[in-house]
Amino acid sequence: MEQLIQQIASGLANGAVYACLALALVMIFVSTDHINFAQGELAMFSAYLVWQALSWGFNFWLALPVVALISFMIGVAIERLILRPLHDAPVLSVVVVFIGLLAIFHSLAGAIWGHTIKAIPSPFPQFSFVGSGYIGPHQIGMIVVTLVLLLALFAFFRFTPLGLAMRAAAQNPASARLAGVRVDWMLALGWGLAAAIGAVAGSLVAPAVYLEPNMMASILLYGFAGALVGGISSPGGAVAGGFIVGVLENVIAYLGNLLEKSSGVYIIGNGEKLTVALIIVITVLTLKPSGLFGKVSVKRV
Amino acid sequence: MATTTANGLVDQDRASAGGRRGYWLTAAVILLALLPVLGGKTGLISNYGFLQLSLMIVYAIAVLGLILLTGFNGQISLGHGAFFAVGAYVAAVLIDQANWPYWATLPVAAAFCFLVGYLFGLPALRLEGHYLALATFALAVAVPQILKYRHFEWFTNGVQGINIFKPDPPFGLPLSADQWMYLVVLAVAVLMFWIARNLLDSRTGRALRAIRDHTMAASTMGINVAHYKTVVFGISALYTGVAGALHAIIFEFVAPDSFRFELSIAILVGAVVGGIASLPGAVIGGVFVQVIEKYADALTKKLTAAVNLPLDLEPWTIYGIALIVLMYTMPMGIAGGLALLWKRLKRS
Repeated sequence: MEQLIQQIASGLANGAVYACLALALVMIFVSTDHINFAQGELAMFSAYLVWQALSWGFNFWLALPVVALISFMIGVAIERLILRPLHDAPVLSVVVVFIGLLAIFHSLAGAIWGHTIKAIPSPFPQFSFVGSGYIGPHQIGMIVVTLVLLLALFAFFRFTPLGLAMRAAAQNPASARLAGVRVDWMLALGWGLAAAIGAVAGSLVAPAVYLEPNMMASILLYGFAGALVGGISSPGGAVAGGFIVGVLENVIAYLGNLLEKSSGVYIIGNGEKLTVALIIVITVLTLKPSGLFGKVSVKRV
Repeated sequence: MATTTANGLVDQDRASAGGRRGYWLTAAVILLALLPVLGGKTGLISNYGFLQLSLMIVYAIAVLGLILLTGFNGQISLGHGAFFAVGAYVAAVLIDQANWPYWATLPVAAAFCFLVGYLFGLPALRLEGHYLALATFALAVAVPQILKYRHFEWFTNGVQGINIFKPDPPFGLPLSADQWMYLVVLAVAVLMFWIARNLLDSRTGRALRAIRDHTMAASTMGINVAHYKTVVFGISALYTGVAGALHAIIFEFVAPDSFRFELSIAILVGAVVGGIASLPGAVIGGVFVQVIEKYADALTKKLTAAVNLPLDLEPWTIYGIALIVLMYTMPMGIAGGLALLWKRLKRS
């Protein structure tokens, strides 16, 4: 039982990262209807930027906002320069461009920082507290930062004029344009925000998994799964989905281990984590494409 | 007779396919088939050269599979490396465990991959565009793990993979093993391209393109969309799977980590660069994939040195930039671009 609680707790911590990535994916999906396959590599690139800042002697909490800002600008630049001309292009072209971006950021990180594994120390203080046997300080920190980020975003979209304009641009571009919203720039802002959220996700997960160019491939897959479970059109749902997937991942592996220990039958374990994500993705996509909290999209005939 | 197929490029291709081009094609194939005699005996092409040629043809078949699905039916797949892997493993396991002759594994790999593709196509039916890309992306990322699954280990040999041996030419033919396999691969490729061409020229091919161009209109015309979409998924997987089986045989080795996500991307890039809706495009794409795999490192180093960059660029950077630029300049790939150029030249 104790082990199960431990697994759930660390699942929640992993889930926090998946939730961030899922949130970033949803930001882009809601405003442009695109699924950004380069999101994970962008986050990885940002994590490397944080590592670079740390190695220059900066404090983590100073480096993170700066890197988030830089990532924001990278995101805006990508939307304005690369995706804007493809506005009416077929889906395939857009997907191929995303794959191109993925390749570019992946290889640039390798070229600049090399392929050896690097470590980012956890920015959270080491202390003991009630229940510290179940969950580490870094994991708690991950969860707290994610929740704070979510609240901040919620406040931004709910209470600021810019947030309102962004929502309007996403929901009804034509009317928003008539009302004086600069829809094009809102899309770019959405991209920038997504990149910044990804930067937070990348630098949070880096202390837990080590930094290397391949680190995000599997995490992105879980981010996708989280976004789909929660509903890819709903930001709050994506965060919930991220947490759900994180816990599910650990609990399934735990149950698999338990089964193996008790009956000797091996079905599933840590080696099948990506397969679990694949199964989640396909199951959700086929059975309930709108996810738990998403809008059901109706095909107009 | 004017048929109602859309997409000008494709049909230009088709209209002229019968006449003079047929002769050129036959001549080219005969020349390629004579290469072991012309190039091998005179020492112009080494055994290694034949291996490279075989790999190009193998990738061309794999790319052709994706082109049938994406180019002619509009279903996007980022996970064709998975079917390539399945085909490769079917061949390797049959040779390794059951001592089958290599040629007998090809039809089995084809049939098995068709089944796998068909089954994967069933849920994919409900998905379109980005969602399908997402599902196949997940498949591609998960494949190495699935191949390492503990209960498969007794025949997949886990992480270590399977070593097999390249077959010797039969009937005491005076050819090296590489030259013989080159001929086998070439023969399979000619057969597969011929079938693909006839398939696309048939009622089925027109149905596939109709679904791609306007799914709803196609189903109003009485085309069974679900049936064609799943079947073409199976056929596409069959093509790529046969390519995988051939790859395993000429490469003499399979292992889970040779089928990572990068392979799926390479196949996609081949299709996009060659020309997503064109059979000659598949050949260009196959050559491109192998050339890039072989020379990208050297090329990137030269480029880096030429522009005096302070860091060692990696091939993937060039790859990515090339992909994006291509989407702007030639969305129909090299084959599409050439066809367009040809049309303009003829008009002026």
